[in-house]
Amino acid sequence: MDLRVNGEPHSLDLDPRTTLLDALREHMGLTGAKKGCDHGQCGACTVLLDGRRVNSCLILAVTLDGASVTTIEGLSHPVQEAFLEHDGFQCGYCTPGQICSAVGMLAEADGASLPDAEIRERMSGNLCRCGAYPNIVAAIREVAAR
Amino acid sequence: MTTTTERAVGQPHRRVEGPDKVTGAARYAAEYQVGDDLAYGWVVQSPVARGTLTAVAVDPLVEADDVLAVLWHGNAPRLGKADDPELAVLQNDRISYRGQAVALVVARTLEAAREAAASLQLAIDAEPHDTVLRADHPDLYTPEKVNPDFPSESSTGDVDAAFAGAAVRVDVTYRTPALHNSPMEPHATTALWAGDDLVLYDSNQHPPGIAATVGALFDLPAARVHVITEHVGGGFGSKGTARPNAVLAAMGAKVTGRPVRLALPRQALFSMVGHRTPTIQQIRLGATADGKLTAVDHQAVGHTSRLFEFAEQTAVSTRHMYEAPAVRTGHRLARLDMPTPRWMRAPGEAPGMLALECAMDELAGSLELDPVELRVRNTGFDSYRKCLGLGADRFGWHDRDPRPRRRREGDWWIGTGVAGATYPAMIQPSSARARRQPDGDVEVSIAAADLGTGARTVLTQIAADALGLPYDRVRVRIGDSTLPQASVAGGSSGTASWGWAVTGACRALRESGGLDEATFDSTALVEKLNQEGKHAFGAHFAEVRVDAVTGEVRVSRLYGMYAAGRILNPRTARSQFIGGMIMGMGMALHEESVLDPAMGTWVTHDFAEYHVPVHADVESIEAEWLDDPDEGLNPMGSKGIGEIGIVGSPAAILNAIHHATGIRVRDLPARLDKLLPSL
Repeated sequence: MDLRVNGEPHSLDLDPRTTLLDALREHMGLTGAKKGCDHGQCGACTVLLDGRRVNSCLILAVTLDGASVTTIEGLSHPVQEAFLEHDGFQCGYCTPGQICSAVGMLAEADGASLPDAEIRERMSGNLCRCGAYPNIVAAIREVAAR
Repeated sequence: MTTTTERAVGQPHRRVEGPDKVTGAARYAAEYQVGDDLAYGWVVQSPVARGTLTAVAVDPLVEADDVLAVLWHGNAPRLGKADDPELAVLQNDRISYRGQAVALVVARTLEAAREAAASLQLAIDAEPHDTVLRADHPDLYTPEKVNPDFPSESSTGDVDAAFAGAAVRVDVTYRTPALHNSPMEPHATTALWAGDDLVLYDSNQHPPGIAATVGALFDLPAARVHVITEHVGGGFGSKGTARPNAVLAAMGAKVTGRPVRLALPRQALFSMVGHRTPTIQQIRLGATADGKLTAVDHQAVGHTSRLFEFAEQTAVSTRHMYEAPAVRTGHRLARLDMPTPRWMRAPGEAPGMLALECAMDELAGSLELDPVELRVRNTGFDSYRKCLGLGADRFGWHDRDPRPRRRREGDWWIGTGVAGATYPAMIQPSSARARRQPDGDVEVSIAAADLGTGARTVLTQIAADALGLPYDRVRVRIGDSTLPQASVAGGSSGTASWGWAVTGACRALRESGGLDEATFDSTALVEKLNQEGKHAFGAHFAEVRVDAVTGEVRVSRLYGMYAAGRILNPRTARSQFIGGMIMGMGMALHEESVLDPAMGTWVTHDFAEYHVPVHADVESIEAEWLDDPDEGLNPMGSKGIGEIGIVGSPAAILNAIHHATGIRVRDLPARLDKLLPSL
C-alpha cells in the first residue's frame, strides 16, 4: 500500500491488523504519535489524516491506501512555539497529540470565534494527566487570536 | 571563566527539552530503534483473583508463525531473590490477584504477540477470593510501620476523655475509593543483552534503583545493568520502583536472544503497576466553644495484598497539622486478594487530608465559625497561617455568606470552600559530576529522571548559579543509571536532593583552581540534616456550581496559595502546582476504581471508565506562592512542590459543594448520583 507521510511517499507491506499508529511507530520510525491507550480514549495518537484530526490507533493502516498523513514530525506551526511559551506540557507524552489536535481544531473552526469554553470542549478528546490544560488552552487561545 | 551577575534560579526559563517534546523528537522507553531483530512482548494476565496455575498450552502457539517464545513458571528462567515479590514474575504457580502476570509471549510482530497472548490456554485451579475492604473486616491488623517509615500509631493526651468533654464534637467517617496513577505513557521497557550486560530503555522515576533491582534478579551487579530513561511520560509514583514490565522484557530478551520491547497496554496498568488503596477513615474532632481543638482522633483503614505489605500513611499528616492537647492516629490494614497498592501522588497526605480538612469544615459549621478562622486558630505554623490569610484575600473569600445553600443563579447552586495543604520537605543523598568542556561550557551529570517536573531545566539553573556561568553555558545530563547516583524522583524530594549534589559538584569545580572535573556526594551532609518538622504548606480555595436539576458539579474556580521554600522556576513550578490541583479535582469529582466483588477486580480499567479530568472540566485555576526560602534545608532553600497541589484541593471542592447545596458527601467521588437525592 502507498501512504504519503509528512509529504514523503512510503510504500508499505503491512499485516492487515496493523493500525496507522503502529505503522507510524513500529514500521516507519515515526514515534512522535504516542500510544496512551490504543482505544481512542486519550488522544495521544492524534495525527492529521488528509488534514483532519484522527485517533491513529483506531484506524487500520491498510484502509488508507493513497492517503496523506501529517504527524508531529511533519508539523511546523505557531501552536508549537505557543506551547513552549505557555508551558503547555510537563511529561510531554500527550503533547504531540494535543498539538496535532489543536492544529486540526483551528482548521475546523475556520476563523470562527473560539472562546475558552469552546476551545476546551473541542480539545476534550486529548487527555493530559499532568494537568497542563490551562496552559494548553492559553497557547491555543494565543494562536487562535492571530 | 566568564561570570555573570544575573542569577538563573528564580527565572521562568522554558523547559530545556521543550523543543524536543513539541516536535516529536523526544524519545520514550518504547521508541528506541535497537536493531533489525527487535521482538515484541505481550503479557498474559490472570483471569482469576486467587488460585494456582497448573498448566499452559505452550506448544500450539510456538508453532504459530512469528511466535518466538511463550514463558510461564513451568519454563521461565529462574530469578534471584526479589525484595519486592511482585517482581518474582513467572516463578511459581500461585495467583495472588486478578491481572497478575502469569505468562509472557514474545513474537516477531506486535500483532502476533497480542493475538497469541489472547489465545493462550491456561489451566487454573481457582479459589474463592476476598477483595472487599470493610471497616469491620475480620483480618484487619496494625502494621508495624506505615510508608515510608512512620510508626503506625501515635497518641498524646487522653483523646477519649477530651472528646467526651468537648463543647463541640464532630465524629464522621470518610471513604475514598481505590485510585489509579494513570500516567499518559503506559509502563514500558525495551530490553537487550550486550553479552552478559543488560540494557534497559525503561520508563521509571529512578534509573539507579531500577538497575539495582533488576540486576539482583538476574544476578548482576547494578553497574552491569544500564538503564536509559531520557524522557518519562509521567509516573505520579507508579514508576518509582521497578515494575514487572522491566523484568519480563529482560527475561524475554534473554530467552530469545533478541531485543524485546514490552509496552503494557493501558488496561494492564490497572492491576500491574500499583494503585492508591481505598480508605475508610473515622475522624473525631472535639473543640471548645471558641474553636480551639481539644481532641483529634484519626483512624484509617486500608488494604494491602497477599504478596507485599504497603501501608499508606493516611493519618500521619494529622499528627502535625493542628495543635491539640490530645491527638491520636492509627492505621489498620487488611490483606486482600488484590494487587499491591503503591505510591500515588502524595500517598497518605492526599486521602488523609481529604478526611481531616472536610471534618474541619464540619466542625466550623457546628461552631458557626469561619472555616479559615478555625484553621488559623489551631495551627502553630506561621507559613500555613499566611497561606490561609493571603489566599483568602486573593480568592475573595470574605464576602461569603457562611450559611450553606444560600446562593442560587438560575439552575446553579453556588458555593465556596477552603482546605489546608501540607507536604513534608524531604531530601535524600545523591551525587553529581561537573565537567568542563573544551569550549568552556560545563556538563553536569546526575542519574536523575525528569517525569515532566522540569528537573532538567531547574538543575541547569541551579548549576549555572553555582558555577557563576550564564544559563546557556551549562548542559545537564540525566536519565541514565551510569551517571553519578541519584535518589528517586518521588516524595517531592527530587530537586532538593539532586540540586544539593549539583550545587556541590559545581562549587567544587569552580573553586578547584582549574581542574576539569569535580564530583560531589551529599550523603554525609544529608544524613546530618534534621528533616523532622520541615513541611511545605498551602491553602486551597474552590468555587463550585451545582446544577439543581442534574446534580452536575462544575469547579468555577480553584485557587492555591503555597509556602513551599524558594521557587526555583516560576513557569514550571506553577505547572506542577496546578497539575496537582487538577488531579485533586479528579479525586474529588471523577476518579474511582470500581470493584466488582464477584470478579475480584476493578471493572474500570481504561480511560472510558476511569475518568480523569479533561479540558472541559478545568475552568479558572491559579496558583500563587509566598517567598519562603528555607536556607537551613539545602543550598537552594527549596522544598518539593510536586505533590502538595493534590493535598487538600479535593477537600476544598467537597466543602464548596456543601456550601453550595447543604449536602455533605463523605464518600468520594462526589458524583451527581450522590447529590441528586437531596437537591
